Amino acid sequence: MTTLTRQTLSHLDWLEAEAIHILREVAGQCERPVLLFSGGKDSVCLLRLAEKAFRPGKFPFPLMHIDTGHNYKEVVEFRDKRAAELGERLIVRSVEDSIKRGTVVLKHEGESRNKHQSVTLLEAIAEFEFDACIGGARRDEEKARAKERIMSFRDEFGQWDPKNQRPELWNLYNARSHKGENIRAFPISNWTEMDVWQYIEREGLELPSIYFAHQRDVVLRGGAIVPVNVPLASGEVINLPKPGEEIVDMQVRFRTVGDITCTAPVVSDADNVAKIVLETATTTITERGATRLDDQTSDASMEQRKKEGYF
Amino acid sequence: MNAPINHQDNGLLRFMTCGSVDDGKSTLIGRLLFDTKTILADTLTQIEKTSRKRGMEAVDLSLLTDGLQAEREQGITIDVAYRYFSTGTRKYIIADAPGHEQYTRNMVTAASTANLAIILIDARKGVLTQTRRHSFLAHLVGIPHIVVAVNKMDLVDYDQAVFDRIRADYLAFAKEIGLQREGHDIRFIPMSALNGDMIVDRSDEMNWYNGPTLLDVLEAVPAAHTEKAESFRFPVQYVCRPQASDDPELHDFRGFMGRVESGEIAVGDAVTVLPSGRASKVKAIQLGNDKLDRAIHEQSVTLLLEDEIDISRGDMIVKSSEAREPVKQLDAMLCWLSETPLSPARTYIIRHTTRESKAKVGAIEYRIDVNTLEQQSVQGLGMNDIARISFRLAQPLCVDAYAENRATGAFIVIDESTNNTVGAGMVA
Repeated sequence: MTTLTRQTLSHLDWLEAEAIHILREVAGQCERPVLLFSGGKDSVCLLRLAEKAFRPGKFPFPLMHIDTGHNYKEVVEFRDKRAAELGERLIVRSVEDSIKRGTVVLKHEGESRNKHQSVTLLEAIAEFEFDACIGGARRDEEKARAKERIMSFRDEFGQWDPKNQRPELWNLYNARSHKGENIRAFPISNWTEMDVWQYIEREGLELPSIYFAHQRDVVLRGGAIVPVNVPLASGEVINLPKPGEEIVDMQVRFRTVGDITCTAPVVSDADNVAKIVLETATTTITERGATRLDDQTSDASMEQRKKEGYF
Repeated sequence: MNAPINHQDNGLLRFMTCGSVDDGKSTLIGRLLFDTKTILADTLTQIEKTSRKRGMEAVDLSLLTDGLQAEREQGITIDVAYRYFSTGTRKYIIADAPGHEQYTRNMVTAASTANLAIILIDARKGVLTQTRRHSFLAHLVGIPHIVVAVNKMDLVDYDQAVFDRIRADYLAFAKEIGLQREGHDIRFIPMSALNGDMIVDRSDEMNWYNGPTLLDVLEAVPAAHTEKAESFRFPVQYVCRPQASDDPELHDFRGFMGRVESGEIAVGDAVTVLPSGRASKVKAIQLGNDKLDRAIHEQSVTLLLEDEIDISRGDMIVKSSEAREPVKQLDAMLCWLSETPLSPARTYIIRHTTRESKAKVGAIEYRIDVNTLEQQSVQGLGMNDIARISFRLAQPLCVDAYAENRATGAFIVIDESTNNTVGAGMVA
């Protein structure tokens, strides 16, 4: 009575089905999960996947953003709008408050707040007693992440111990934890940057405007394009040019939209998703290599752009 | 709307590579990524630099997967790494597992999700003990397609006689462990990962070989679940009851959410809920806002039933014609994954699909030596041991034989004190 079905899912349908399965496992196994939503493209995909996983019900978790206070205002506005459209609860906890509490101490005023997000995240986990945080990290982002589990265990200090990861077999995820410990769950672990853009295109997902080509004041600093004079939602302006730097008005877009102080745009005229898919297919620079000032390990990006005649 | 079919998109294939760095495994993976243009310029420049630094003339593609080497130097546990590439028609997920004996658990982990295994053989060395081990494990974990990659052909002057001899040796051994008898698909490809012969491009050096390249095989191999008939299995993950919704029509909504682990289901099909045995019919199938007529293996959907039945996470919905009796004892092959040995005196948790049960060891029938396949009598199990074992269960589980169904035949063993995953089981 069994049936032979020769059909298969397309690669995007397969990735979608896997991610929905993971989201439902988190909801089924954990008492108090939370979904980390920054307004970035990966977490925008997570929200669509959560809709497909749980509608017509409410999400079985709130959304949360750890705000460094140095996020692009277009992204912050988008974050609030998207959460409101979905009718889901958005929690915002800010690094600024951790600084006021004295749990984050900056080495100097201008230090990037990016790495301090983890302190604020741990404080929020303790405050709400979250036992699972769903995030949009992907294994293709960098070498070190190639071995990360889909359900990754963190001890009560929030630490990831690469020597002591739980084996993960079949699709039998083990999200159990004792009180105080928690699980980081990554439903789009198996997606690449290309998959993300193809999914955004197929689903017609809206994104913050800075993902698309726009004119921006930048300076060229140490092989990277650095946005300058960036206004925050508060009216404050950050990333001032250093003395002697020449400000250039350039057409750029962001491939990732993290903290302003450590996210660089790329030169691009891709002003819609279809063009970005095409550009992603033909790019010669990795996502992080091109755009992340914090973990840039290669000096090839500018060299390559120059070879292609950008400047 | 039907289950999606996409003719341009040949879906996704998960495969694993077995072998050690010495067999050229890292170079093979590097070559696949490089020749399919997955490696981007900045990464390439970086490994070019490192290659020069180490005094090499050509780019050392094995540096792409160098993470493993660094780990070894630092003494960190060597682990399965996942890598990705796409040919435009198919997306690939590579599970890259270290091949040494002490990493049996990593091989089993990588194999658990793979539909194809590439077993690397160094043409100069031929079939070794590790080749047997890798083949046995791939077979044990139910990988239906095996590619024996006879690598480093450049170091044996691309000699066809060497290739033919290795093939004959391997086939003799495959017969011994029953690989051939069970109709496994075994292919042999002579190659040089270093020079890129027969990986993506063919080779002028081996005109005597008329078979497919490695990528040809990967592109053509059937996707998981499409080769043999399977029963419909739908473990319920989550129940959606939006009673508090503003929409009064939703107050009676009961959606059973899960993934079709195998088989297919259509609206109107008669279903049975296990273990309760209650019967109903499928009223609707939903995926997001879409209503589907049917759903197939690997699709995550929501099922609505005609009758109001009490169903919760851990229950399994099956077609009434394909129902099975739930069991309270499991006979299985078990791979022990933990540094803490298995204790027959302790109670463990077994997780099978979305259901958990407390379990105690009934008997360890034998342990199997992964190199000689000899069966040994033992009292306990240590890390990397593989054994035939039985468990007594506190709760009934709806299992299939692993050979029939890799999703409903698999389970993991959890140590309740640490919550660690300590065992991987396959129902006999």
